[in-house]
Amino acid sequence: MSDIALTKEKYPPGDFGVWIIIYIELITFAMLFLGYAFSRRGDVELFNQSQLMLNQTSGFINTIILITSSYFVAKAVQNVTNMTQENYEEFNKKASKWLIFALMCGASFLVIKIFEFSHIFGEGINLSTNKFFMFYLLLTGFHFMHVMLGSIILFNIFQKTRRFGYTPEDTRGIESGASYWHMVDLLWIVLFPLIYIIR
Amino acid sequence: MKYTSQAVAKPYFIFALTLLAGEILFGLLMGIQYIYGDFLFPLIPFNVLRMVHTNLLIVLLLNGFMGATYYLIPEETQRELWNPKLAIITFWIFLAAGVATILGYLFVPYATLTEITFNELLPTMGREFLEQPLPTKVGIVIVALSYIFNVGMTVLKGRKTVITTVLLTGLLGLAVFFLFAFYVPDNLVADKFFWWFTVHLWVEATWELILGAILAFVLIKTTGVDREHIDKWLYLIIAMTMLSGILGTGHHFFYMGAPEYWLWIGSLSSAVEPLPFFLMILFAYTMARERKIQHENEIALTWAKGTAVMGFLGAGVWGFMHTLAPVNMYTHGTQLTAAHGHLSFYGAYVMIVFTVISYAMPILRGRPHGNSKKAQKVELTSFWMLNIGMVGLTLALTVAGITQIMDQRVGTDLVSFMESQASMTGIYTIRLGFGLLVFAGLMTYVYSFFVEEEAK
Repeated sequence: MSDIALTKEKYPPGDFGVWIIIYIELITFAMLFLGYAFSRRGDVELFNQSQLMLNQTSGFINTIILITSSYFVAKAVQNVTNMTQENYEEFNKKASKWLIFALMCGASFLVIKIFEFSHIFGEGINLSTNKFFMFYLLLTGFHFMHVMLGSIILFNIFQKTRRFGYTPEDTRGIESGASYWHMVDLLWIVLFPLIYIIR
Repeated sequence: MKYTSQAVAKPYFIFALTLLAGEILFGLLMGIQYIYGDFLFPLIPFNVLRMVHTNLLIVLLLNGFMGATYYLIPEETQRELWNPKLAIITFWIFLAAGVATILGYLFVPYATLTEITFNELLPTMGREFLEQPLPTKVGIVIVALSYIFNVGMTVLKGRKTVITTVLLTGLLGLAVFFLFAFYVPDNLVADKFFWWFTVHLWVEATWELILGAILAFVLIKTTGVDREHIDKWLYLIIAMTMLSGILGTGHHFFYMGAPEYWLWIGSLSSAVEPLPFFLMILFAYTMARERKIQHENEIALTWAKGTAVMGFLGAGVWGFMHTLAPVNMYTHGTQLTAAHGHLSFYGAYVMIVFTVISYAMPILRGRPHGNSKKAQKVELTSFWMLNIGMVGLTLALTVAGITQIMDQRVGTDLVSFMESQASMTGIYTIRLGFGLLVFAGLMTYVYSFFVEEEAK
């Protein structure tokens, strides 16, 4: 009986609050994706033409980076959730190492994106250039801010692992942060093909 | 009352209720003007009544917020207010400036008012809701600064809680965003931008922080739920409010000469704006369900729950109705906007003032367990009178708005403004009736505080 209660409690991982945020974020981005799709239908030629100005390679590298970062975050969570009263310090340490890799990925994503933005702005493109670039800048801009926030959250979790802050009874924080990070990753996985690839 | 300095809240609450009575009275006069166009002509024209009506609302809410702050800050920080005397002095300054300004609106032609109040030195007058003469605006800044300083010093020296942090952030935002009222660019589009930086970022960002903090405080007191639990909700609500509310400013930039991307930013982010209000309902009801104490002041919790529900209806549902750009193209500036304005200001802000007064006033008057059962019954009657009145008034205005849209904005067979308005006399009469119910509700509310204590 108690086993059932335990498994029930483990899902969804993390705090209920983060799941409310995740669902709202997904809905908001979904509305933007739909807006993009409908606007594209109105002027396919313009969207295809403008899309050629994007750098697909940097977008692809960023996709790989984010997926890899999610792997690192998952490894960190795995370490924390598998620990026991005896070995929790060691597992906190292990988790913190995985989180360093994840943080490095987050930072690399941001740097590559800044280069991409500076190239786009250098071409004199802004929100008013056309509808494609309006969506491109809004979507990637919002996503950029999410990666920044996600990195700050990961950094806080990293610091807590360094203080051996997670115990077998308390893993909610890292699970909440990881859930958020996976959402940021998921959004990019939809965003990248939609804006950069699909013609 | 745990701290004697909490008593400074009392005059603020009394003045807030007095101003509310004034606000409703001027609203009723306008309601009559909608039916009999020349009522009070040429004594007080519609535009003056409207200015008095909206300005009274702003001043009453600021008073209510200040009273609430002065009441809850000592309890939250666990120390006396830094300087209670300062709070009383600023009360009288605020009262004098407020009364003088309203009298100025009523008895001096607005053009003359601009001349005698040095508007030419720094032109700031003439903008909707920010019509105040320069000296009043400067007075508001001085009062706000001294109030924030007083509260800030108390918080710095005392216990810091999530409620005090959220409240102080809201208050600082309130003061900072008011500064945009002093900048009036010549370009009409830029002017609108800066005007909304005050108006929108007050009501749809910083005031919501104040609302959240006061609501959380009253819920802690009346339900006895753990602070940690309440804090988490508060953080969640506040984070969502800020994100959706700040970008939501974009819904005011539709079709006014601002770039097209505002249609998207404004529509999408303001579509999210109802969600924090919905969370507030979950918040209030979950806390009430999980309550650990049965507080004898039951009506305060009723008001708290009511605030969440009515705030969601007025700000959330009635706001969402016309916030999407393609819809707003038809609805902009009709009675539908007025319907939303009435229910959102009442539901979110006037009701939180009622909530805190219902909780704090009995304690301030030496009744720590709330008013007597009999008095609470009377108050509950006033609760329903006020709410039914406001919902009825809002529905009537919504019907008027839709009629106006169909008459004047849809299709090619359009009618003139006056003709459309004249056809709505029946709806406006119903609106006036519900307005009278609201006024009677307020009187009943005030009366409930004078119901005799039952003999024990």
